[in-house]
Amino acid sequence: MMPFAILGADLPYWTQSLLRVLGGAVAVLLPAGTIVYLFLFKMMSFMQSRLGPMEAGPYGSMQLFAEVGKWLQKEDISPTRADKRVFRLAPLVVLMSTFLLVAVVPFGPDAYFTDFDAGVFYMLAVSSISTLGILMAGWSSANKYSLLGGLRAAGQLIAYELPMVLSVIGVVIQAGTMNLQQIVVKQNSDSIFGWNGLGFPYILTQGVGFLIFMIAVQAELTQTPFDMPIAESELVSGYMTEYSGFRFLIFFIAEFATAGVFALIASVLFLGGWGVPFAWFDWAPVGGGEIDNWMNVGGPLIMFTKMMVLTGIIMWVRFSYPRFREDQLQRFAWKVLIPVSLINIMITAILKVAF
Amino acid sequence: MTDVQKPDVQKPDVQKLSYIAAQAADARLNVELETEGMTLNIGPQHPATHGTLRIIVRLDGEQVIWAEPGAGYMHRGYEKLTEVRTFPQVTALVNRIDWLGSFANEVPFILAAEKLMAIEAPPRAQWIRTILFELSRIANVSLFLGDLGVQLGAITPVFMAFRDREYVLNLIESATGGRFHPNFDRIGGLKEDLPAGWIIETKQVMKKLRNFCDEIENLLFGNEIFQSRLRGIGVIPAEVAKQYGLSGANLRASGVDWDLRRDQSLPLAYDKVDFKVWTHPDGDSFARCWIRLQETREATKIVDQLLDGIPSGSVMAKVPRIIKVPEGEAWVSTENPLGEMGYYVVSKGDLGPFRVKIRSASFNNISIVPWVLRGVYVPDVISILASLYFILGDIDR
Repeated sequence: MMPFAILGADLPYWTQSLLRVLGGAVAVLLPAGTIVYLFLFKMMSFMQSRLGPMEAGPYGSMQLFAEVGKWLQKEDISPTRADKRVFRLAPLVVLMSTFLLVAVVPFGPDAYFTDFDAGVFYMLAVSSISTLGILMAGWSSANKYSLLGGLRAAGQLIAYELPMVLSVIGVVIQAGTMNLQQIVVKQNSDSIFGWNGLGFPYILTQGVGFLIFMIAVQAELTQTPFDMPIAESELVSGYMTEYSGFRFLIFFIAEFATAGVFALIASVLFLGGWGVPFAWFDWAPVGGGEIDNWMNVGGPLIMFTKMMVLTGIIMWVRFSYPRFREDQLQRFAWKVLIPVSLINIMITAILKVAF
Repeated sequence: MTDVQKPDVQKPDVQKLSYIAAQAADARLNVELETEGMTLNIGPQHPATHGTLRIIVRLDGEQVIWAEPGAGYMHRGYEKLTEVRTFPQVTALVNRIDWLGSFANEVPFILAAEKLMAIEAPPRAQWIRTILFELSRIANVSLFLGDLGVQLGAITPVFMAFRDREYVLNLIESATGGRFHPNFDRIGGLKEDLPAGWIIETKQVMKKLRNFCDEIENLLFGNEIFQSRLRGIGVIPAEVAKQYGLSGANLRASGVDWDLRRDQSLPLAYDKVDFKVWTHPDGDSFARCWIRLQETREATKIVDQLLDGIPSGSVMAKVPRIIKVPEGEAWVSTENPLGEMGYYVVSKGDLGPFRVKIRSASFNNISIVPWVLRGVYVPDVISILASLYFILGDIDR
């Protein structure tokens, strides 16, 4: 493999690393900003019969910069009785989880940050690091509301980690690999009963898995209807109650960036990722050449489009549903999602052997 | 929605549910693992109390084992203030009691004063009073329907509520000159007649409000999560509701068929219109919200009927320039948006009242909080408080 062959040159290792770090920052922050503006500011406003921000920039498009500027100016407060070191570390841990997640997402034949065989496994592992950050935030704030929010978050995220893992297993069985790049290639080079005009996106066979994955993502992101840990009408702001200024900003970015990254992963696993069906160009699976180069440019755009659609759905649900109660969402995870995803795995395995 | 719609009953086994709640509260939880409880102050500064109500809850995990409401953070002493005001000036004070349905606060006081003076407003004034009374009910309860969503985490309905309440407030403003605090009711009638074109406009707005009710019903009441959050939660049996002196929608949701608009004859136009008093046998949070939704619809129908038959004539009876209320005592209560609101007015024949006792609905409605919150979880505390629906000004006066 030749990473960044798109540049037409073999770059030294340090240059590659630097480019990867920059690329990671762009891949996390750019979608996060777009999501905040497009969905949080505008879509939500239009749903609620108002205009949203209109003053900063054309149609308020610079609003986010204004907000960031405001947050940066605020004092960095930590409560007197807080466990200061943990308190300050917690938002960074949450954001770190997002950056680690984006590392395995492939954006094109050569446009990826890392490409290793245990991609799915790694993805599921690092996504639960954010739980740790939230628990740290909830515990160290020395606030009863934060504590309740943190504990709720821990219970919820652990409960929904399981359906998420189980729903992905169906894809892994079908693809026969845990490498996310290979999963994308498989989806685009396979055919449906000999007809290869559409490739074979796994949403067709793993529709149930996709649904469960998206529900679990909604819960992992602590978005409504699973926003018990934040629950602003009960717990003020849950584990974020005591945070202000820059540290709150980090939580805020992490929330929306993680939504984007999970949408990327969902599109890789179920919607065919960066690829277009290879049969369109008579293209053999990834192996260099001109089409590869074109896809290195087009792939990220395709991924971005898919990500925006999926994030739009996530946000749409968020803005229109009321929230579950803690025991109800636990019951939903353990009594509905997990059995259904287990049945899904079973059926997938049987069909895999049969065909 | 048609009139044939029936309350959708789920589980009328109210006694069993309240028994379970009491058991859960009384049982010593975690017998083996002796854990320490936590006292949580919900309020006075808390997003759920929309105002400054303080609720002290003792928690075991997330289960409430003891709760106590602390009122009085917004006490403004209106009862005392009335003693140094003249009768016409009092309406400016009582406007601020239930600030979402202001006009409804004026009516019972004015009726009490009129009762003492033995005068009656002309028919047109009575009809307009009733229309504005119902409009303030709509303005009040439609905001409740939106706010309910916020308390349960759905942030969209509240904006719809604000959008459509605006139409009603505009109507009230164009008729009275004041959006929130009309101060429009006078002893013997009203300050002014309705402006031109008001009736047609009101009819259109009533149509919009009915659409809003349908919208809210589809968006919230039909939602499974919403139902699962409210059904069977905060059950108040009819007997308990009566004992705690609940009134209004909270009482009717417990299955008590009690509505002062229908049950007493005041010089208002309610006996001229045909309306249904909704009750619900469940007594849970869902029933309370559902009753309010139906009442908003019913209020729009009342307004429509009243607009059709509004009589002509003067809006002011003959009253002396300087109002002196003869000696005596009077009690008048009406069915306000939040429940029964009454004024006990004692006059010694002066310009102002000697003493006024205000019975506001929310004060009694939240008195049931210690009873109903035992054994529920923290999220349910919020949904129960939301469904009981109080206005802080109405609690503290």
